[in-house]
Amino acid sequence: MNTSALIMMIVTEAIVTIMTIYYFVKVLRTPARDPQNDSYSETK
Amino acid sequence: MSNKESWGSRVGLILAMAGNAVGLGNFLRFPVQAIQNGGGAFVIPYLVCFLLMGIPLLYVEWAMGRFGGKHGHHSTPFILDSFDKRKMWKYVGVFGIFTNIAVAAYYCYLESWTLSYMWHSVSGSFSGQTQEQVAGFFDQYISLNTSEPVIFWVVCLFLNIWILSKGLSAGVEKTAKIGMPLLILFGILLAIKGVTLKAGEDGAINDGVVGLNYLWTPDFDSIWSVKVWMAAAGQIFFTLSVGMGSIHCYASYVKSKDDIALNSQSAGWMNEFVEVVLGSSILIPIAIGYLGIDKVVEMTQTGGLGLGFKTLPYLFQQWGDVIAIFAGVMWFGLLFFAGITSSLAMGTPCMGFLEDEFGWKRKNAAWAFGIVVLILGLPTVVFFREGVFDEYDYWAGTVSLVVFALFEIILFSWIFGLKKGWKEITDGADIHVPLFFKYIIKWVTPLILCFIFVFSLPDIWSTIDHTATKQQISYAKKPQLLIDENTGIIGEILSEVPDSSIYKSDHVMTDEHLNKDQKKAIFAVRNNQKLYKEFTNDSFDLVQFTTTQEKMMLYKNISRPFLLIIFALVAYMVHVAHKRRQSSFIK
Repeated sequence: MNTSALIMMIVTEAIVTIMTIYYFVKVLRTPARDPQNDSYSETK
Repeated sequence: MSNKESWGSRVGLILAMAGNAVGLGNFLRFPVQAIQNGGGAFVIPYLVCFLLMGIPLLYVEWAMGRFGGKHGHHSTPFILDSFDKRKMWKYVGVFGIFTNIAVAAYYCYLESWTLSYMWHSVSGSFSGQTQEQVAGFFDQYISLNTSEPVIFWVVCLFLNIWILSKGLSAGVEKTAKIGMPLLILFGILLAIKGVTLKAGEDGAINDGVVGLNYLWTPDFDSIWSVKVWMAAAGQIFFTLSVGMGSIHCYASYVKSKDDIALNSQSAGWMNEFVEVVLGSSILIPIAIGYLGIDKVVEMTQTGGLGLGFKTLPYLFQQWGDVIAIFAGVMWFGLLFFAGITSSLAMGTPCMGFLEDEFGWKRKNAAWAFGIVVLILGLPTVVFFREGVFDEYDYWAGTVSLVVFALFEIILFSWIFGLKKGWKEITDGADIHVPLFFKYIIKWVTPLILCFIFVFSLPDIWSTIDHTATKQQISYAKKPQLLIDENTGIIGEILSEVPDSSIYKSDHVMTDEHLNKDQKKAIFAVRNNQKLYKEFTNDSFDLVQFTTTQEKMMLYKNISRPFLLIIFALVAYMVHVAHKRRQSSFIK
């Protein structure tokens, strides 16, 4: 691959992958504030 | 109010919302848009549009949905109504139901192709077939030479109805929890196979990396083109499913104290991962690996659908019978999951409307949605070749989205007011929402949407007028016009290309001596020459050609009132629901 293509691909894919993982992990790690009264039936 | 649905888990909601966004376009449309609009440089306007239009609209739609949900509304007519006293907003909200019904009408047919192709991959239908035979299979399929396409379409509709009737948590969410991880897994496996293709092995003529290189090589001149920015903005619209009303509906089941900021970002970025990382690593690397750059560029002139259905099943055969089965199941399986998680999201707002306003039971609402989609979708199946499918896609899947998004952002940031709006976005947020989005939502996003709408007007007019088809007819009647056009292109752009044999070269796209405009001009000239030969061929029947084109225009014209009738019907139901609300309020 040529250098400019490689840089564009790596930078773009790294940004997108890091942001995806960051937000998804944050969702998994954030505890429910009030499990008895939240939007999700499985946490009750 | 009989609607007591809820999400089972937060991860389920995010996967369902990401599934709503991830569609066939992530794999078939994005890579084609990228190679047609500057390669790697396309991601610059694409990501800028994501930042300035995609993310703000995600915040706004999630916030509007949760706000409407607080008032017991789960569809856009009454969600929008809860933001302002003026009656008009509930009728603007009709777009949020109409678009879902009209898009589902043709989208479920597309979804059924993936189901059928999965079946044919397993049963070995493509085994031993030549590329022409595989392409011919697709042409036969959409010509309805057998009843199979209709059967698969009906099966697909039943599947959607069945899942929708199970409800939000047990149906939609469960499907997303199974479908999305499988989609990502299949995508990763195919991407690895695509990228690691080796020239000379299994009949490949290029390494998989050649395709990646071609797709990602940036043409920085292209970012100054308005057309490229319009393409990037359009792609962001399609990929995020904004302007449809389905995000509002899903978010309306989130309680007022619960987060929407982090949820919206997680779902939005997950869609971007599937599109940018996986979407760019499958179709183009595999196709270029076997067919070469020029051939693929030529094939993508008509979009990615042909490559995905006419070419990949043949290319998978080159990997041997057993791997071909797995590859076929994975490719069409991931397209199927991408499709069904989106079509389910189209059904939910319609069901929410019927349950909220008319007290319908979930099962009945699901059947009503299915029957309407069946009736409205029938012309797209039977008259696919006459262009009815494309006509629905243009009006419901393109124009409606922009119009609705423009209205909703004006309502949210200017009429409801961004002071209250910002509070709605940040209430219960599990992340810090950067303050600059407040200004982007108020100024930048509405301006971009206005810009897109205004710049789309000539295209809207030429679609109404069938300008392109009329031009084709005039070319067929006077083929020398094509040659005149060739002379113009050559005189203008190709005059400095010394070697006339360039027209015969098979390596136009890899020729470093040619600039981007020259490459495009060569393809235009070749296309004109091809058409000229076709139109001047002895076997070419001008009367038949003209009749076919005129028939297409007629069928497209006939399909438009169908869409208008659906819009008017939904608007009437909204009117009735409004009257019912008023009378129950007086009592």
